[in-house]
Amino acid sequence: MKSRLLVLAPPVASLIMAFVISSIVLLISGANPLTAFSNIIEFGFRPNTLVETLNWSTPLYLSAIAVAIGFRMNLFNIGVEGQYIIAAFMAAQVGHVVSLPPVLHVSVIIITAMVVGGFWAGLAGLLKVTRNINEVISTIMLNSIAVGGVVSYLLGVWDVPDPGLDTALGDIPPSGQFPSLNWLSDAVVGETRSDTWGFVVIAIVVGFAYHYMINRTSLGYDLRATGANPSAAEASGVDPKRTIVIAMVLSGMVAGLVGLPELLGASHSYSLRFTQGLGFGGIAVALLGRNHAGGIAIAALLFGWLGRASGVLEVRGDAPREIISIITGVIMLSVVVAYAIAERYKRIEEAKAAASLTGAES
Amino acid sequence: MAESAVVPAVLLEGITKRFPGVVANDEVELRVESGEIHAIAGENGAGKSTLMKILYGMQKPDEGTMTVNGLMVDFSSPTAAIEAGIGMVHQHFMLADNFTVLENIILGAEPMSGGDRIDFAEARRRILEISETYGLTVDPDALVETLGVGERQRVEIIKVLYRGAKILILDEPTAVLVPQEVEALFHNMRDLKSEGHTILFIDHKLDEVLEIADSITVLRRGRTVVTVKPEDVTARDLAELMVGSELPTPETRESTVRDDVVLEISGLTVEGSETEVSITNIDLSVHAGEIVGIAGVEGNGQQELVEALLGIRHASSGSIHLDGEDIGHWKVRRIREAGVGYIPEDRHRRGLLLDAPLWENNMLGRQQQEPFVKHGFWIDPKAARAHTEDLIDRFDVRTPNVEVPAHALSGGNQQKLIVGRELSADIKLLIAAHPTRGIDVGAQAAVWDELRAARAAGMGIILISADLDELIGLSDRIRVMLRGQLVAQLDPSEVTPRDLGSYMTGARTTA
Repeated sequence: MKSRLLVLAPPVASLIMAFVISSIVLLISGANPLTAFSNIIEFGFRPNTLVETLNWSTPLYLSAIAVAIGFRMNLFNIGVEGQYIIAAFMAAQVGHVVSLPPVLHVSVIIITAMVVGGFWAGLAGLLKVTRNINEVISTIMLNSIAVGGVVSYLLGVWDVPDPGLDTALGDIPPSGQFPSLNWLSDAVVGETRSDTWGFVVIAIVVGFAYHYMINRTSLGYDLRATGANPSAAEASGVDPKRTIVIAMVLSGMVAGLVGLPELLGASHSYSLRFTQGLGFGGIAVALLGRNHAGGIAIAALLFGWLGRASGVLEVRGDAPREIISIITGVIMLSVVVAYAIAERYKRIEEAKAAASLTGAES
Repeated sequence: MAESAVVPAVLLEGITKRFPGVVANDEVELRVESGEIHAIAGENGAGKSTLMKILYGMQKPDEGTMTVNGLMVDFSSPTAAIEAGIGMVHQHFMLADNFTVLENIILGAEPMSGGDRIDFAEARRRILEISETYGLTVDPDALVETLGVGERQRVEIIKVLYRGAKILILDEPTAVLVPQEVEALFHNMRDLKSEGHTILFIDHKLDEVLEIADSITVLRRGRTVVTVKPEDVTARDLAELMVGSELPTPETRESTVRDDVVLEISGLTVEGSETEVSITNIDLSVHAGEIVGIAGVEGNGQQELVEALLGIRHASSGSIHLDGEDIGHWKVRRIREAGVGYIPEDRHRRGLLLDAPLWENNMLGRQQQEPFVKHGFWIDPKAARAHTEDLIDRFDVRTPNVEVPAHALSGGNQQKLIVGRELSADIKLLIAAHPTRGIDVGAQAAVWDELRAARAAGMGIILISADLDELIGLSDRIRVMLRGQLVAQLDPSEVTPRDLGSYMTGARTTA
């Protein structure tokens, strides 16, 4: 009972704190917080917003899982951004060029994205183990190389059609598109303007795979042990270099999937309008979700929802939509604080429990 | 001193301190005469630290009275205790590394001149005065980060004296010191005593207690057992008072050494980096059923030898054979799986995942083996928990259950978990580095028992220890390590700790 309360208290407390602080910010900016929040909630629970929330939570979720794999062994893969963009780009081109039967076509695209993402992140891993280059620096630089270098260069090389300013790769034919889940969303919330992207199914599979890999395999154990205590892990037989490369590659493979919900569900081609920033969003989601598959899902849905529902503030003139950035920022901060407090409390409780058996406290 | 000898410096009566679920001090009685050195002995968790924290005003007793120099006191904070002339030197030093000795000493008690300026000249004068009076040599202008442990301790003691303490509490002052530094500390303590100071100190090491203390109070499970004079007891008596039962010794006399060689190191050389010792041309063999003790002052290459044996670092020349197989270029995991167990010198750094539950800690080192993992990949939590439950029973690890994170256990129980983990595996060679460091007498005896049993069962053991009695008591042979080389081979039945000490410092080199 007590322990369950301990699990729920921090997120609830931080949401309340975020609500209070955001209200103050809204008041300062001259808006009525009650109107603003009721507008967000009213708009946020419209069927179309819910579908879009799910759609945009999917890439955030994948991105956060990619980041979390690194976090579990104290690797900070800040390069999910570049990994998913270069992966989506390559996958879009492969999807456009090859012609295969439906399921196979999609599979080839997915595998391409994972291989490219894994390779791109693996570079950072190799740099770390061979040249001792901090992965934060190398992945940031690889982001720029991916987006500014490789993608720009290949757009030129492949001589893609250039309708106006929006340079785009060719379309992926229907055999390479991911089936939508409209039938399901229609049944649950009614018909909506937006399609429901089917890729969420893959994200759920990835979530389970992540959970089992981390908690139930010796590889996951090695990753966690290295993250928790590198010296002890090494003495226990974990090869630190190998584990770093494996973790980076796995992280990159998941990162490679981040662009696919959009690519296979809506845009069907890579263009300069392709959504960016999901890699950085994933860092926040992974932190909020405490690197836990389920926690990340909730955090991704929350962030996805806030992102979608916030548009209404601007439309109705309540407040600039940047207020949502403030809210998400405040949630992040309060979560960190709330968990730190809960952690301290838990440690004290555990120490007491163990001490009561040894007879005395020293 | 002016005080009459009949008024005790400290008198604690009926002190009781409860923590949720635990009685740390249960009607403790303590009488410390003015101007004496009084030792508080007891196992880990006997309530020594709690009692000292109460006396120093860090914790308030639930019941009982305290008198200092005949006056009833009730400290609300250490500040109040300091005002009453009590000072405490903590086990973990509280010094700012990037400050000088002088700055550290006056921090928070700066002498002022002209209102807002620190009077450094006055501070220096007083520090040098204290330093001279008690033979506590320090350089006031040295940066603390450049100081060794013994010097840091002197700074802490001066800090306390600078604040006018007449009653000093030293919490395990010798735990961090090498033998020579201990002697220096004892010298300082005697000087302090002759100047009329009263010293209360906590110690595990009974021979030290007997050497320096004027009286000894033994605590067990939060209660005062007895206060004795050192001339009336032996170290064994004291240990038995602390544990409350008959005590085993580290002796293992009848040989179980077999013919088969488990480990054969020849000509092993490992390059160190600038800050590390390199080990050169080491020859060492360990037979089944044999404990080979390695004596040496820390930092003479023991760490490098252990890492070479485990495959964490590789030799530049020479060979290591385990059961006849050349393991010189194997990776750590292969070596561990081939049957090498390791009790690390620092259990927090090398031996445990502090935030992980005990059952996951029990897997450490065997995270690809049955029964913890099936098919070398899938963790079987049920089997791992069951194995851990057996282990905590067999090795008497005191814990509510196997889900408790390792950091919640006391040091002795953490160590029993590690020893159990390594010995319950199917191993041929055990590398035991300081296996009983920082644990109480009860846990120490348990670890010795296990090592003896493993030896009798035919395991080869390399025992690295700073506890010379332990080395002499347990080992079949002792080698001495000095500056990266094995310099002497000694027979533990003939060598004394004193001899061993002179080999360790290089004063003697051949047997």
